[in-house]
Amino acid sequence: MSLTPEAVHHIARLARIAMNADEEKATRDKLDGIFALIEAMQAVDTTGVEPMSHPQDIAQRLRPDEVTESDRRDAFQNIAPQTAGGLYLVPRVIE
Amino acid sequence: MSQTQWEVVIGLEVHAQLNTASKIFSAASTAFGAEPNRQASAVDLALPGVLPVLNRGAVERAIRFGLAIGGRVAEKSIFARKNYFYPDLPKGYQISQFERPVVEGGTLTLRVGEGEKAYEKRVRLTRAHLEEDAGKSLHEDFHGMSGIDLNRAGTPLLEIVSEPDMRSAAEAVAYAKALHGLVRWIDICDGNMQEGSFRCDANVSVRPKGEEAFGTRREIKNLNSFRFLQQAIDYEVQWQINEIEEGRTIQQATVLFDPDSGETRMMRSKEDAHDYRYFPDPDLLPLVINPDWIEVVKEDLFHQVGPLPREWHAKFESEYGLSRADAIALTPFPRIPHVFVAAAREAVQEGETVRATAKIAANWITNEYLRRWNESAEKHPTVEIPEGVSGELVGYLIRKVRQNEITARTAKDLLDEFWRNAEAIGFTAHGGTEGDIDRLIDQRGLKQVNDSGAIEAIVDEVLAANQKSVDEFRTGKEKAFNALVGQVMKASKGKANPTQVNELLRRKLGA
Repeated sequence: MSLTPEAVHHIARLARIAMNADEEKATRDKLDGIFALIEAMQAVDTTGVEPMSHPQDIAQRLRPDEVTESDRRDAFQNIAPQTAGGLYLVPRVIE
Repeated sequence: MSQTQWEVVIGLEVHAQLNTASKIFSAASTAFGAEPNRQASAVDLALPGVLPVLNRGAVERAIRFGLAIGGRVAEKSIFARKNYFYPDLPKGYQISQFERPVVEGGTLTLRVGEGEKAYEKRVRLTRAHLEEDAGKSLHEDFHGMSGIDLNRAGTPLLEIVSEPDMRSAAEAVAYAKALHGLVRWIDICDGNMQEGSFRCDANVSVRPKGEEAFGTRREIKNLNSFRFLQQAIDYEVQWQINEIEEGRTIQQATVLFDPDSGETRMMRSKEDAHDYRYFPDPDLLPLVINPDWIEVVKEDLFHQVGPLPREWHAKFESEYGLSRADAIALTPFPRIPHVFVAAAREAVQEGETVRATAKIAANWITNEYLRRWNESAEKHPTVEIPEGVSGELVGYLIRKVRQNEITARTAKDLLDEFWRNAEAIGFTAHGGTEGDIDRLIDQRGLKQVNDSGAIEAIVDEVLAANQKSVDEFRTGKEKAFNALVGQVMKASKGKANPTQVNELLRRKLGA
């Protein structure tokens, strides 16, 4: 399987990564290499093998439903580029 | 223009905010209405180096839901990253579940429509999964900037996905209402729709009747009231039918409903926005729920709220002989089925079983009792209403009516009076007792008049005084007959035996 230039461009856009044509070409070659590896691995019979979602075979630890965080807004907003009325300000986004 | 009969196909995705004290992956508070960003911790802000730690309370609520719908609670489920960019999602991904959700399957049985036309509808659930809510973007008043409040970021959500089993807006609304009632019943969500605790997305498509393949669907996002859900679907269905009948094809899309114009409009085309590139979140290990834990949750749930709605429905069908649709109407919230059971049992006369009184008691509870309850709840939103009038008292009134001791009219007046008594003392006690009923019947002379001579005299008077209604009835207006019945009942102060009044009137009018 080989990726089309359009597919690479699309994925880059979804990830908000700006690439010029040369970079897209180089990335496409790398991705093709990864897909070739995946294709080789498809040959292995995995019938009955549970898909692995995490390399460690242990379960998620849970915490009790208790509020232990205090309000640290001032400290957090000190390092923010811009704030107003307790809100973080960002370039306007509207659909 | 065309004669095609269209069938509507609807599936719903509901986001229910879980009523935990703290967030799903951080120990910040979830309380509504705080000043902006006072409840946004380092985890919620996605500051570098932080890690999510899962809230046990959120998982317990998901298990409760699985039990309530008869679904499968997964022994092992996986958290995944759903990737998209938006400023109110600081990580650049939402932690959700994708391939292995915490709950799969299950059903919800609904009552659709009112009165005699009500029918039962089974809706299958696909899945329910845990995820985190995003923050809020405010687009006004910041000199061309948007303001971001991350208090809501990380609030636990249960996303509940149905199969495309609904065939009308009415069925979709009935489903949403049933689900809304259920999440409050099992106390996992406060159901406050104004505050966004319960939000619906509707997937809507149309197809020619008889066609098996689904049409292309459009998804209406973020409907936060049952009325908007109804209006949005009605508009969308008509829009899709018009498009197809005018020769255009439907493009898959996400749309928003504008309550002011009553229209849906395109928000974004699907291909891009739905390319979320899910993958298992390496920060979170698999969630393991063993059978012992499910047992503990089941026992807690029973201890706290008693039987589940579906358990009541099965009991009311098999032991009480009610239809499923009637049984569903008796389970709007946990106390009502208990009131019904007490009423049906108390209404029973010697030699009868509850099967004899179940239907009449069900009517009294769903019409008379619940109407008064809902009116009081609306008038006093902050008052806890345990019971205005006990189920036993309603049953006693029903028994008196069935024994022809008082008319239904008198019984309803007494129910009103007792309800008002209870309301006057803030529902701290019941508004009356069985002894009060006996005493008032005696003192006020409320006994039903079963003496046909006495009723005939009233009927004659009413007929003589209402020639106009008599003439109208003779020309075939059945409404005029009801007016005459009403006049006789009024003249008898509501005490005349209604069956006898009907018979006498029909005979005298030669009908």
